[in-house]
Amino acid sequence: MSFLEVNNLNVEFNTADGIVRAVNNVNFSLEEGKILAIVGESGSGKSQTVFAMMGLLDQNGRATGSVKFEDQEILNLSISELNLIRSEKIAMIFQDPMTSLNPYMKISEQMAEVLIHHKGLSKTDAINQSISMLDAVQIPEAKNLIRMYPHEFSGGMRQRVMIAMSLLCNPKLLIADEPTTALDVTVQAQIMHLLSDIQKEFGTSIILITHDLGVVAGNSDDTLVMYGGQVMEIAETELIYARPTHPYTQGLISAVPRLDDNAEKLKTIQGNPPDAMLDPVGCPFSPRCKFSKDICSNQTPELLEAGENKHFRACHVAFEELL
Amino acid sequence: MLNYIIKRIGIAIPTLLILIAVTFYLMHAAPGGPFTSEKPLPPQVLANIEAKYGLDQPIWRQMTTYLWGILTEFDFGPSYKYHSRTVNEIIGQGFPITLKYGFWSFIVAIGVGIPLGAIAAIRKNTWVDYFAVGVSIGAQVLPNFVLAPLLIIVFTLWLGWLPGGGWHGGDWEYLVMPVIALSTSYMASIARITRSSMLEVLNANYIRTARAKGLPTKTIFFRHVFKPSLLPVISYLGPAFVGLITGSVLIDIFFSTGGMGYFFVNAAFNRDYAVMMGITILVGALTILFSLIADLLYAWIDPKIRY
Repeated sequence: MSFLEVNNLNVEFNTADGIVRAVNNVNFSLEEGKILAIVGESGSGKSQTVFAMMGLLDQNGRATGSVKFEDQEILNLSISELNLIRSEKIAMIFQDPMTSLNPYMKISEQMAEVLIHHKGLSKTDAINQSISMLDAVQIPEAKNLIRMYPHEFSGGMRQRVMIAMSLLCNPKLLIADEPTTALDVTVQAQIMHLLSDIQKEFGTSIILITHDLGVVAGNSDDTLVMYGGQVMEIAETELIYARPTHPYTQGLISAVPRLDDNAEKLKTIQGNPPDAMLDPVGCPFSPRCKFSKDICSNQTPELLEAGENKHFRACHVAFEELL
Repeated sequence: MLNYIIKRIGIAIPTLLILIAVTFYLMHAAPGGPFTSEKPLPPQVLANIEAKYGLDQPIWRQMTTYLWGILTEFDFGPSYKYHSRTVNEIIGQGFPITLKYGFWSFIVAIGVGIPLGAIAAIRKNTWVDYFAVGVSIGAQVLPNFVLAPLLIIVFTLWLGWLPGGGWHGGDWEYLVMPVIALSTSYMASIARITRSSMLEVLNANYIRTARAKGLPTKTIFFRHVFKPSLLPVISYLGPAFVGLITGSVLIDIFFSTGGMGYFFVNAAFNRDYAVMMGITILVGALTILFSLIADLLYAWIDPKIRY
């Protein structure tokens, strides 16, 4: 039985200006208990990929393809079917803990309603369990703080509350959509530690979405690199760093500033992300790729195994030429 | 909270005093007076009448006498037009009428307006939404001086279901048309405010969180969407409620309801200073009271606002 299997996932949005293709033919899988990082710049389709899995696309969005969770097709389920999976099997936390908690409700109400609805607990039991979950994510004096409103917490504390809330039903998979982007650096590290503790303690599998390669390193088992709504490369995280096989991944890694490098200017990848309005012909990265050939702009490269260890890449240019 | 309420009431007193002073001055600055008529009175007679009502005194003196009367005896003075009637009697007669049809108009306006706006927001860009928006725009552009005679034509002249006017202690058949005519435009505004604020809430990140939590749609609506959507409605309702219960001259004219709106406009035309002042103070005090109530309701919903 495979844990999570995503096949040919496509996401489109109907807008006033035409159809926007946010995600194109995305394939990946996740083993139970592992952490998968999805990396890519803004607009690469990484968030929409997981929103589609959770049935959280905006009203004008449409997803096709297949997402199998524990061999059950979960893509495009009805709301009532989805609600049996959300929180109970797959939970999600979001980028901005400031706005992702309801500012008009006490933390206790927001947490307890999950247990009341999904587990049928009484209000008192639900609040008590919520308090122990807040303890588990290291919120001090949870007993008192649970009676407070979100605005009375700092950003990092709010994200802890979000994490605690997502874990209430002991889900098997936690999707974290840029959980540290809105937080300052020291708090980022704490939250990442918390997430990997959770993975060890509860055996929760995690999909970690980020645009920060620094967050990925050391916090994930596998890494999936997305660009223009397509998968560019997927491999074990160590391999991605040690031997990136895609020009885009190479660009991303070399764009991370290093202390031991005396370069005057920060390295960047030239050019801009592709326009998702246009039909994806060829490799989406080809206009910015310094290795680009004729075939790159005419034919979309397939995601093929590159060498050993389930290292997949979507690139027409042979790996040897990139060195 | 209590401190805040006391402070607000404390601010209300100077506010009312300023309102009184400005109105008093403007009223007297307008040309003419209560005893000006097409056939001028002999100067001696006019002077005697003005002396009787104290109008020969300097304006600050008139004002202090007036305020003293209010503070010591709650006496808002005699009407200059309706002889032998006091302002207290006139307001006492007109205000209960206005209060009754105004209150029911308020109930109808929120009872129809909020659900209409909510349904439009939930079913955004469907025919339900277009219908609700169409109805509220129609209701808003239809002035009540058009709507009132239309209602009379349809329900009184054609169908013969309802009396065309009068009050009769506010029996329901005398209440229906004034309430419809008065509430329609308020209902439309409430529907439009509800719709737009609810659309904003529905797009909020915390609603996405609620969906990700796997809560049923109904629960999300009533626990997470409804309350915050009402915030802009509440700020509108404070002043709107005062507008409704202090009446409309058009309603009083078209339906002969005998409410305060009629007295107010007549007083302005006739320079019936005391009646004008009395009603102005009443409306001003009510406005202050209901903005305070709206602010307290606001704080009750939004925990970020604490007094």
